[in-house]
Amino acid sequence: MSDNWIEVGSLNDIPQQGARVVQTEKGDIAVFRTVDDELFALRDKCPHRGGPLSQGIVHGKRVACPLHDWKINLANGEAVAPDEGCTTSFPVKLEGERVMLSLAANKGCAGN
Amino acid sequence: MKEKLVVIGNGMAGIRTVEELLKVAPDTYDITVFGAEPYGNYNRIMLSPLLAGEKTIDDIMLNDEQWYVDNGITLHKGKEVTEIDRVGRRVVAVDGSSEKYDRLLIATGSTPFIIPVPGNDLEGVVSFRDIHDVDRMLQAAKQHKHAVVIGGGLLGLEAANGLMQQGMSVTVVHLMDTLLERQLDKPAAEMLKKSLEERGLNFLMGAQTEAIVGKERVEKIRFKDGTEIYADLVVMAVGIRANTALAKKAGIHCERGIVVNDTMQTFDPRVYAVGECVQHRGITYGLVAPLFEMAKVCANHLAQYGIGRYQGTVTSTKLKVTGIDLFSAGDFHGDENTEELVFQDASRGVYRKLVVQNNRIKGAVMYGDTLDSNWYFDLMRDETDISDFRDKVLFGQAHHLGDAGHGEEQRVAAMSDDTEICGCNGVCKGDIVKAITEKKLFTLDDVRAHTKASSSCGSCTGLVEALLAHVVGGDYSTAPHLKPMCGCTVHTHDEVRAAINGQELKSIPEVMKTLEWKTPDGCPKCRMALNYYLLCAWPGEYQDASQSRFINERAHANIQKDGSYSVIPRMWGGDTTPAELRAIAEVAEKYKVKTVHVTGGQRIALFGLKKEELPAVWDDLNNAGLVSGHAYGKALRTVKTCVGKEWCRFGTQDSTRMGIELEKMTWGCWTPHKFKLAVSGCPRNCAEATIKDFGVVSVDSGWELHVGGNGGVKVRATDFLCHVKTGEEVKEYCAAFMQLYRENAHYLERTAPWVERVGLSYIKEHIVEDEEGRKKLAERFLYSQKFSQQDPWKERAQGAEKHEFEPLLQVMNEKVLVNS
Repeated sequence: MSDNWIEVGSLNDIPQQGARVVQTEKGDIAVFRTVDDELFALRDKCPHRGGPLSQGIVHGKRVACPLHDWKINLANGEAVAPDEGCTTSFPVKLEGERVMLSLAANKGCAGN
Repeated sequence: MKEKLVVIGNGMAGIRTVEELLKVAPDTYDITVFGAEPYGNYNRIMLSPLLAGEKTIDDIMLNDEQWYVDNGITLHKGKEVTEIDRVGRRVVAVDGSSEKYDRLLIATGSTPFIIPVPGNDLEGVVSFRDIHDVDRMLQAAKQHKHAVVIGGGLLGLEAANGLMQQGMSVTVVHLMDTLLERQLDKPAAEMLKKSLEERGLNFLMGAQTEAIVGKERVEKIRFKDGTEIYADLVVMAVGIRANTALAKKAGIHCERGIVVNDTMQTFDPRVYAVGECVQHRGITYGLVAPLFEMAKVCANHLAQYGIGRYQGTVTSTKLKVTGIDLFSAGDFHGDENTEELVFQDASRGVYRKLVVQNNRIKGAVMYGDTLDSNWYFDLMRDETDISDFRDKVLFGQAHHLGDAGHGEEQRVAAMSDDTEICGCNGVCKGDIVKAITEKKLFTLDDVRAHTKASSSCGSCTGLVEALLAHVVGGDYSTAPHLKPMCGCTVHTHDEVRAAINGQELKSIPEVMKTLEWKTPDGCPKCRMALNYYLLCAWPGEYQDASQSRFINERAHANIQKDGSYSVIPRMWGGDTTPAELRAIAEVAEKYKVKTVHVTGGQRIALFGLKKEELPAVWDDLNNAGLVSGHAYGKALRTVKTCVGKEWCRFGTQDSTRMGIELEKMTWGCWTPHKFKLAVSGCPRNCAEATIKDFGVVSVDSGWELHVGGNGGVKVRATDFLCHVKTGEEVKEYCAAFMQLYRENAHYLERTAPWVERVGLSYIKEHIVEDEEGRKKLAERFLYSQKFSQQDPWKERAQGAEKHEFEPLLQVMNEKVLVNS
C-alpha cells in the first residue's frame, strides 16, 4: 500500500502558504505547501467541527482552520494545545516537480 | 554545546523569565536554577489568601518539580547562592557546590525591612515574605491570642486580615495618621479604616514603636509615649528592600537595587537581573506587573532577539483583602495645577476621585467599587483626552460606552458558577475559574486559549479580565501597556505601520525581515493585518498576498459551517430591479440554492453553493449587471437607505440617490474592519443611520453626519460629527472619514472602539476643522479607489485565480479521474 503513490500535480499547482484538494471517494485530502516548499497532506476535516483545513491560512508548519481558528500541525494532524484532537495525515513527497500522494493514511492518530 | 544559563532565585521573576525564554527559544540554553526556599516556584502575591485560609499551598504553586524535569532544568532548591565569581564565570552555593555560567540571571527579590528596635529578634517576631513566614504565623495563631502588625501598608493590612481570619485578636500599629498613605488619600483611607474596624481589627495610629519586650518570646510592645500593649506575635510589615547583597559582593553596581539597563543587563553584560531586586531608571518595583514585563524583555535578550526594551511600568495598587475593593494609581494627591473629580456615596461605601490636569487623568483613587479601575488606569497610561466625556467619566465605562447587557451591577465575584460569561462559546464562570486555578493562568490570552471565553466576539472581555483579577489576585491585570500585534513580534500595530511608511516596506516578507519577526512566516493574525496595512500604504503598488487573507476574502464569498459558500450581490443603495431579481431567482434555481435570504443590509443572499460553482454563479450574475457585494470582507459592505423624498411624505432629501452615490464612491474599498453606511431621508431615521460606521441623516437644511456607530456586539449610537449643506460635501466628508479610519485604526478595530480610543475631538480636528487636511484625506481615498474598483467576481468568472476554485485532482477507486 505505502508505495502506492499517485501523481497529483506539480509543485506549482499548489500556492506557497496554501493548499489544494484531492477529492477521493473516502473524502477530500488537503495537500499543503509551506513557505519553504515543504509538502504535507491531511484529511480535509478539522477534528473540531469538520472545517475544511485546505481553506485555512498556512503559517509555519501549521494551518488555522477557517471555521473556528483551531491550529493544526501539518506534520501529524494534531491540534495545537490547548485544543485537543487529531486528523489523519497522508504521505506526500516531491519527485522533481511532481507531487506524489499516497492514499494509505499514516499511522498515529485515530482521526476521522 | 549549548550555552549555560544560571538563574539565582526561584521566585516569580526568575521563573517567569525562564518560561518566556522557553517560549521563544527553547533550545538555546542549559538552564540551572538556584532557590533558597525548599519549594518549587509559587505565586507570592497569593500569600495573603494563603494566610487567610482562602487558598492552600497547592493552590498557589505555579511550577511543581515535575515542570523543571519536563523542561530539562536543573533545580537546586533550598540552596542559597553565596558567591558570584565573575572572572571564573561561576556561582558558589552555600554547600560549596558551584556551577559555571555563560549568562547569569539574578532574581533575588527583596527582603523585608526589620525596624532597628530592641527585641526585634525575639521569638514570635516575624516578617511576611514567604511560605515559611506564613507557616510561623499559622502556628502562632493556633497557640496564641494577641497579634500586632507593625505597618499599615498593603502588606501589613493583608497580614492583619489573615491573622484575624485565623482567629487572633489583631492590632495594626502605624506610624502615620492614615492607613496606606502612599496608596490612598485621606477620605478613602478613612473609609477603609472604618470598614476594617467593623470587621474587628484594632488600630493604633501615629504610634512609634520603641521596643519589643519579652524574655524569649515576645510579650508586649512599648511605644515612644510609654504605652504598652500585649503581643504574642509581632509581624513586621513596614516595607521591603531590594536584595542586593550577593550582587554587591560580586562588585556589580548597585544603588537601592541592582542597576540595570533597558535590556535588563547589569553593568556586567553577561549578568542580567529582574524583579524586585533591580533598580531601573532610578525606580525599584514591588509589584508583579512590572516583573512580568521585565521577564519578557530579559527573555528576548537572552534569546538574542535584541529587540525588546523595558521602559518602566506605571503601577497601580489593589488590596487583596476579600470584600474590600480599593484601587489607586498615579498622582492621586494632586497639586495647585490639578483639578479633582470626586464621587462619594457614604452609605453605599463608594468613593472615587480622579485627579485631572489639562483633561488628562493623572491619578485615581477608588474605594468600594473598583470595577472601572482598569478603564481609568488605561485612560491614565494612554494620557487620553477626556474632554469628550468628562461629564460622565466618574460614572464609569459602562455609563460612558453604553451597557449592552454586561452592566456594572454584575459583579463577577457574586456570580454563581453556572453564570454564562461567554455567550459565543458557552463558557460559564465556573469553567473559567477552574481553568485559571488548575492551569495557573495569568493573562487574558491564556484564558482565551484554554477556555475559548472572550475569543470570538470579545464582548465579554471585561468580565473575563475581572474574573482573572478576582481569582489570581490584585495586580495581574496590568497587561503590558503597548500590546504587540501578536506573538510573532514585539512591535505594536502603530509601530509596524510607522515602519511600513517610514522605511518604505512593500511586502510582508520585507516587513518581517526588517522588524525581526520571531516566526518564519508569521501567523494568521499578523499576516492579515500586514496585508491590509501594506495595501493601505501603497495603493496601486502593493501586490495583494492572497494567502495572507482569510478564506472569505480569498474566495470572495462567505464560508459556512458545512464548508459551502454564500453569495451576496451588491444592490446599490438598496435599490433593485425586476431584471436583477429575475437573474438572482434564475441563479438560485439553476444551482439549487438551499436558502435565499434577505439580509440586514438590504440585499439578497444565496446560501449553500459549492466552491467550484462560484465562478459560474458569478458569471451568470455579472451578465445581469450584478457585482460582488463584498459581504465577506473587511471592506465597505452596504449603504442602507430609505426611499426619501422621492416617495416619502416626510422625506427632506433624496436619500436613496445619496446612498447610491456614496456606494458608487466607496465600493471595493478595503478597511481595517467591515464598514457600513446608511442614509436616512429625515430625522425619523428609518435607515438606522445612527448605528452605522458613517451615517447620514437628511434634514431640511442639508445633511447631518454621524460617525462611529455599531449595531453589533455592543450597540453604540453614533457621535454627531457635523452638519453640511450639499451632497458634494457629504461625499467629501465621507471619503475623508473613511481614509482617516483606514490610515489610523488598527486592523480588526471597528470605527466604534476606534472613535473611543482616539476621541471624537481627534476626528473633528481632522475632518471638520482642517479643511485642507480633509481634502487631502479625501483625495488619498479616491486615489486608492482607482485600484480597488474592479469587480473581483468578474475577474474570477473570467478565469483569474483558477486554482482557488478547482480541486487539484479527483481520484476514484485509486484511479485518477480528472486532473486540472
